[in-house]
Amino acid sequence: MNVSTEREPDQQTPAKLRDDAKFAAGKIAFFQYLTVAIFLFLVAGFWDLQVRNPAFYSELAEQNSIRSIPVLAPRGKILDRDGRVIVDNHASFSVYLSRENLKWEHLKAIADGLNLDYNDLLQKIHRFDGQPQYVPVIIKEELTPEDLAFVEAHRDPREFPELGLIQAERRLYPKDGFAAHVVGYVGEVSDAELDNPDFLKYHPGDVIGKAGLERQYNDSLMGVDGQKRVMVDSMGHEVGQPISDKEATPGTALQTTLDLDLQSVAELGLGDRPGAVVALDPRSGEILAMVSHPSYDPNLFTGRLTNKDWQDLVNNPLHPLLDRAIQAQLAPGSTFKPIMALAGLQEGVINDDFKVHCSGGASFYGHWYACWRKHGHGTIGVHQAIQQSCDVFFYTVGNKLGIDRIAKYAELAGFGHKTGVDLPQEAAGTMPSTAWKWRNFRQKWFAGETISVAIGQGAVTVTPLQLASAIGGIAAGGIWETPHLVRDAKVPAARRGDVNLENVSKVIDGMYAVVNEPGGTGGLARIPGNSVCGKTGSAQLASNKLLKGTKLGQTMKDTAWFVGFAPRESPEIVVVAMIQYAVHGSYSAPVVRDVIKAYFDKKARQGRPVADLVDYMKGRPVQPIIQQPEKIDLATEGDR
Amino acid sequence: MAAHRSVRDFDWGLLIVALTICAMGVLQIFSATHDTPWRDAWWKQIVWVFAGFVLMWIATTIDYHTLLSQVPVFYVLSVVTLLATFVVGEKVFGSRRWIGRGSLHLQVSEFVKLVLVLLVARFLTGLKKERPDASDLLKLGGLVGLPMMLVMAQPDLGTALTYLPILAIGVFLSGLRWQYAAAIVLTLAMVMPVGWLLLKDYQKARLVSFIDPAQDPKGSGYQVIQSKIAVGSGGMWGRGVTHGSQTQLRFLPVAHTDFIFSAFSEEHGFVGVIVVLGLYFLLLMQIVQNAQTAPDKAGMYICMGVAALLLFHVLVNIGMVVGKMPVTGIPLPLMSSGGSNVLSVFLMLGLVNNIRLRRFVN
Repeated sequence: MNVSTEREPDQQTPAKLRDDAKFAAGKIAFFQYLTVAIFLFLVAGFWDLQVRNPAFYSELAEQNSIRSIPVLAPRGKILDRDGRVIVDNHASFSVYLSRENLKWEHLKAIADGLNLDYNDLLQKIHRFDGQPQYVPVIIKEELTPEDLAFVEAHRDPREFPELGLIQAERRLYPKDGFAAHVVGYVGEVSDAELDNPDFLKYHPGDVIGKAGLERQYNDSLMGVDGQKRVMVDSMGHEVGQPISDKEATPGTALQTTLDLDLQSVAELGLGDRPGAVVALDPRSGEILAMVSHPSYDPNLFTGRLTNKDWQDLVNNPLHPLLDRAIQAQLAPGSTFKPIMALAGLQEGVINDDFKVHCSGGASFYGHWYACWRKHGHGTIGVHQAIQQSCDVFFYTVGNKLGIDRIAKYAELAGFGHKTGVDLPQEAAGTMPSTAWKWRNFRQKWFAGETISVAIGQGAVTVTPLQLASAIGGIAAGGIWETPHLVRDAKVPAARRGDVNLENVSKVIDGMYAVVNEPGGTGGLARIPGNSVCGKTGSAQLASNKLLKGTKLGQTMKDTAWFVGFAPRESPEIVVVAMIQYAVHGSYSAPVVRDVIKAYFDKKARQGRPVADLVDYMKGRPVQPIIQQPEKIDLATEGDR
Repeated sequence: MAAHRSVRDFDWGLLIVALTICAMGVLQIFSATHDTPWRDAWWKQIVWVFAGFVLMWIATTIDYHTLLSQVPVFYVLSVVTLLATFVVGEKVFGSRRWIGRGSLHLQVSEFVKLVLVLLVARFLTGLKKERPDASDLLKLGGLVGLPMMLVMAQPDLGTALTYLPILAIGVFLSGLRWQYAAAIVLTLAMVMPVGWLLLKDYQKARLVSFIDPAQDPKGSGYQVIQSKIAVGSGGMWGRGVTHGSQTQLRFLPVAHTDFIFSAFSEEHGFVGVIVVLGLYFLLLMQIVQNAQTAPDKAGMYICMGVAALLLFHVLVNIGMVVGKMPVTGIPLPLMSSGGSNVLSVFLMLGLVNNIRLRRFVN
């Protein structure tokens, strides 16, 4: 500044102003120190983040931008014995919510756009509260084209950044509940299940088999999910190529012993009547058809099942979710009589010469037990007793045998315990005995109770599968193969009874007469040129007398049974049809007849046994042979 | 006067430092926006820098004494224009700050800074006593406070706060009595709780999240957390231009404007940070040096006003990036994408040069 004053001597400014810039020199120096301090403060901030903790923040940056996306393994298909597809997969889209980007105020609009119930949606999202934020919530599966359009139009980062789409293979079940119970359905593993040690291997969100074959063979059907690691931007959109990609291992296809043709015939034969049909090969135990009506649509369970649909299913008085083939435990009625006959013959209580006079009823232990035919059957032996289903004859046999000898043969035939079929939640039925009564009621058995059991009433109950297996085993000569749906299923080995084959053939002769001889109760099951054997049964849920004049309606009506097998010598197929709330056993006979006929028709066409078709037909389409069931002829009503 | 000016006397060092910072800014703007809807922001920035360069030249040529004499006009014009933004201003991000049409939007409050720098200089040199007394301080405080209130009401707390260092440095340099300093501090302490009530919810949220970012990791705290992640993951050498995941995948909010230094730190690391902070330091010291050699009090006040303002910007913006300052939304001078700030900073540098060129020719 001195220089400047010298250069500009003419400038007449007071000295005070000349020194202007100097007067604050100390304060400017202070400002400089302040600046240095501030810069050091800032550098310290960067030092702390970039030099001391870069790894920590790099990891956070990676967590931000790298997402693991599951690659869902498609489930294995379920095939019939000829390799035809029963349960398939189809590609479908699911929409998920990324909770990291979730704006709660969007939910209402999203629920409306996707036709979801707002409260259901809220509930669903809150179920994930315990999970890390990056776990997405799948809010709707099986998107319709309208849903897809909605998501595509609105998942813009500025509108609903929380929406995302993933593609998944979904289960495609046959329409109209075809084979629904045996096949089962899949669903997301529930929280309750995850608490169960058996479900430890599953993760939340896994889709697992919940019923039927889907559940039984879940491990092989499910496959192993893969994983994809991708870069995502702050909106959750994938960027570039995946960083790593672990392919999913698809589930293994499950070939069952079911025959789609026979299954179709059985489904159609039962129609919309509540009941069940089971067809199996008594030589191997392979189940050929298994039907339970009323049915439900398993496709509902793969995503679109609303609370209301579920409530409807659960509260339906006909219990569509019940698999009647293995879970309905009902009195077998007269279908029990072949077992009674075998027991009597085996134990020597009766023989060919043994006759009973039926006058329409008989008195035991001071009670009058009526025969179904009021005017009686006259004097008859075992052959006619089976053929005409004479109650008095079997009362007498039962009384002679006593409950424990009856139970011995019934249990040998499979009554009172599970068959061991490869399906979950099979029911065991009941076979009473003195031990059974003591175990359950701490009471001794009264001989009078045996009389009702002798005609398949009283405490004895069976499932349709048990009955098919029991009669099939007798027909096969006293070898009870465990029924199963997959050829190499891990099921218990066959049970062998020390049964005299002559006695067996006497029982079979009686059953042949039921269908083929005049006066038999099962004439409706007759197939010309085929030696079908069978037995009718109508089990009472309550006395018909009691029923009259009440409003109990169909819940108290009889159960109509028919069990049939063919051919008479070395049977290949045994079929049980059970129709609830019907009038008489003959009601079920045509269903059994149609399934047996379909079996032999098919066999005749191929010119080889059904068991060999698997290899022959692999990969080739087979047209199902569907037979319309004949009209039910109720002319024989009143027979038993 | 003009005859004595020489191109040689121009502060070329200052200009080179400023342009280097601008170049870093343009590079970072490109990197942060190359695959976003703002992908042409980098060349727009170049245009703004050129425009700023021209304005700087103009601001250099008009004698700052002439400018000082026109302060009343500038001041009235500023207040009127600020009022006008309430009527015709365009609302961007919920705040009326911009004025203009089409692609040319100018943020009036940025240019008011210049007027305030000149106003403080004129006011303090116009005093006929050795140091300002209480009534002078009240007057000056009122003059600065009026536009400040208007900007706050836009609402733009960040920019309004930048007016404070202009006032503060002036008062400090003019020789403030310690009693006054104590009174000011006391008043501020008492006003602060009231001020809290006047703050908008988002402003409160920003302050809360500054103190505890984890409390609100999706709101204001989100920006701080993401910024710290970006800076930290840059490490010593950075992740390379266009390779910072926080910036490129847009976890970093407004990575080309307010948080540009965060993006820069991620991609250039601690080494890059030191280089740019060094450049800012050089810039400030060069301005301070011009203050020290200013021909008169007014020139000194102007230079120091500019220095204090820029220091405040650097402190608040970069402090915010490392989580040491609350999120206020004020730009980083010369680096952040945006015309108004670039133009106003170049105009200020023009004023500084204006004073430098006249240090021998008063």
